Amino acid sequence: MNADFTAEELKFQKEVQDFLKAEFPQDIKHKVDNGIRLEKDDFVRWQKILNKRGWVAPNWPEEYGGTGWTPTQKYIFAMEMGLYGAMEPVAFGVKMVAPVIYSYGNEEQKKRFLPDILESNVWWCQGYSEPNAGSDLASLKTTAVRDGDHYVVNGTKTWTTLGQYADWIFCLVRTDSTAKKQEGISFLLIDMKTPGIKVSPIYLLDDEPEVNEVHFDNVRVPVENLIGEENQGWTYAKVLLTHERTNIAQVPNSKLKLRKLRDLAARTSDGFGGSLLNNPVFARKLAEVEIQVLALEYAELRTLAAVSVGKAPGPESSILKVVGTEATQFIDELYMEVAAYHSLAHVPAQFTEGFDGERVGQGSLANSANVYFNNRKKSIYGGSNEIQKNIISKAVLGL
Amino acid sequence: MDFSYSDEQQMLQDSVQKFVYSQYDFDTRRKIIKSEQGYSTEYWSLFAELGWLTVPFKEEDGGFGGSAVDLMVVMEEFGKGMVIEPFLATAVISGGLISELGNAEQKETMLAAIMDGSLQLATAYAEADSRYNLASVGSSAQKQGDTYVINGSKVLVLNGPCADKLLVVARTSGDKFDRSGLSVFVVDAKADGVSSLAYTAVDGHRAAEVHFSNVVVSAQDLLGEEGNALIALETVVDRAALAVSAEAVGSMDCLLKKTVEYAKTRKQFGVAIGTFQALQHRMSEMFIECQLARSIVIMAAMKLDTDASSAEKAKAVAAAKARVGRAMRKVGQESVQLHGGIAVTDELDVGHYFKRVTTIENLFGNTDYQLARFASL
Repeated sequence: MNADFTAEELKFQKEVQDFLKAEFPQDIKHKVDNGIRLEKDDFVRWQKILNKRGWVAPNWPEEYGGTGWTPTQKYIFAMEMGLYGAMEPVAFGVKMVAPVIYSYGNEEQKKRFLPDILESNVWWCQGYSEPNAGSDLASLKTTAVRDGDHYVVNGTKTWTTLGQYADWIFCLVRTDSTAKKQEGISFLLIDMKTPGIKVSPIYLLDDEPEVNEVHFDNVRVPVENLIGEENQGWTYAKVLLTHERTNIAQVPNSKLKLRKLRDLAARTSDGFGGSLLNNPVFARKLAEVEIQVLALEYAELRTLAAVSVGKAPGPESSILKVVGTEATQFIDELYMEVAAYHSLAHVPAQFTEGFDGERVGQGSLANSANVYFNNRKKSIYGGSNEIQKNIISKAVLGL
Repeated sequence: MDFSYSDEQQMLQDSVQKFVYSQYDFDTRRKIIKSEQGYSTEYWSLFAELGWLTVPFKEEDGGFGGSAVDLMVVMEEFGKGMVIEPFLATAVISGGLISELGNAEQKETMLAAIMDGSLQLATAYAEADSRYNLASVGSSAQKQGDTYVINGSKVLVLNGPCADKLLVVARTSGDKFDRSGLSVFVVDAKADGVSSLAYTAVDGHRAAEVHFSNVVVSAQDLLGEEGNALIALETVVDRAALAVSAEAVGSMDCLLKKTVEYAKTRKQFGVAIGTFQALQHRMSEMFIECQLARSIVIMAAMKLDTDASSAEKAKAVAAAKARVGRAMRKVGQESVQLHGGIAVTDELDVGHYFKRVTTIENLFGNTDYQLARFASL
């Protein structure tokens, strides 16, 4: 048994570190370090830099622009990015729709869509959930009815993250209402500029319009935008979900947050002349979550090791989603505890670029309650943690 | 043994309940929060008219009686409506300090004005690094002849932006953590040298950070004896902790009720999600939390109404706030999780109850602080 990196892997790690130091824009790093809201342009600019280096899509096959890395290299890359605070490329294009396109799309579609995803010329969003199809996604009701060379799409998609920025949306639509619910679904790509599409913002608990409802009213979509075969969309979507689950454990991000938390706690008064980090109750809670993240890291490494000898990530990977999201949520709780009443001000303007007024609270801690509220979504999205536990019960334990 | 309300308490509950039910729906509350004042002056007058503003005060001060159980009754109903009006800041905390410390004249003028709804107050006690230790005060008040000169900065001044007067806790002697040497002054909110940074908190309540730069007050503005304010401040903050714990009991009952209703109506996989045993047990656990929270708040309120020692009373409040804190974390998070995505949106009230109980957890000693305090008492 051996969890050490080889000499080449260590060299690669250094190369990634050097690249990040040299190329991750200082202004974006400043925003990340201070909890300032990132704009569309920040994501696009950084992704173009990554693409120049050929590092946007480590998981893609090399022929489409993947890196050809080993699973260990991918792990090192994700870890270094996370620890440095560099954002992953926006997932909707690179991690979500692209694997479906290169796995099931035709040559024409691959040529048309993949390069623009790598170069971040086109912003994608996801049209899966509906108001009445959440955990039970397969019960979705948005219809696509064939009319000559087009599908006519009607219905409503919801929880469309950053849909306000999107140029294109990939949708699950019902093309056969008579079939069993999983069997009448197709995978359709839709240009957001098509007439009949309306995007309405949904404000979350931190008062930010992070997600949207997308309404389709007789939207005409050319049939060449269908991926694969009609009524096979559910099969394709399931493949997409396994890709979505890579780095779902968010270990690098949690490690970075824990490191900062430890620093903040050391600098925070316990109210009696000491530091909060020396408070045994707080120190114990911090230790508990650090240990949890360590266990999670090794659970992820074991999954990776299995993948590197050719096994598919099994339903065990549901562990990573459940534990990963719960760990980040618990870290959010600890930030709020460090902040105490300094967490309570709702001052979103202070966390936008260019704010130069007087600041309430203590630095980024002033946002910690809002971060805590917002991240309650993590145990809900991407297949809720309850659904993940159902998967473990059924597919792993055979119950 | 009898846990039922007296006739008067029952009438009080009915009256607040009726108001919340018929006049304080979620959209009304939202409009009030977005208004310039951040609370409804019309409702504040109504509170005065209905006598609710007299609830925190003793009969000899012209109040309803000042029992903690009465206060619990009102706060629980306020919790159901997430009432935003500054009852806690003006009547319970500031009014409480005046009642504990004030001389006859101060009581007569200010308490009467609180009760008739014409005076808004805020108490400035917490500082940037004081956390929950009420004795940790760096702000100073230096005696100069017949006046005091106040310097320092305060945070989390609840109702600060709307207050006519501020009650400022400042050190007249001793070092930062000393239990003696703290005094309370009544300062006009518009006095020279007072500047403040107003904000809306995550739960919609207004608050401010307030700075005092050579603010001159007269000796008549001293509330109580010089240097002897800490015991009164602790008593009042404990009463506030009990009040918000009772408010949380009301809010948590709403969260449980709404979650159960949703589980009965929300269908996934062809059935109501409330038919899943895994979710049923989680709602049963929420119910248990709500019941234990209610029980310990009743215990603490009853204890405050006895002539038990101040240490016993403090211990009862610490127990209540700590136990309710645990319940709030669980009931809040589970309500959101069981609702799913809709509860992390601004449009559903569930998320707003969640934000309010989270705020309550962070006010007047969070769970860990109160646990440690209970252990030490």
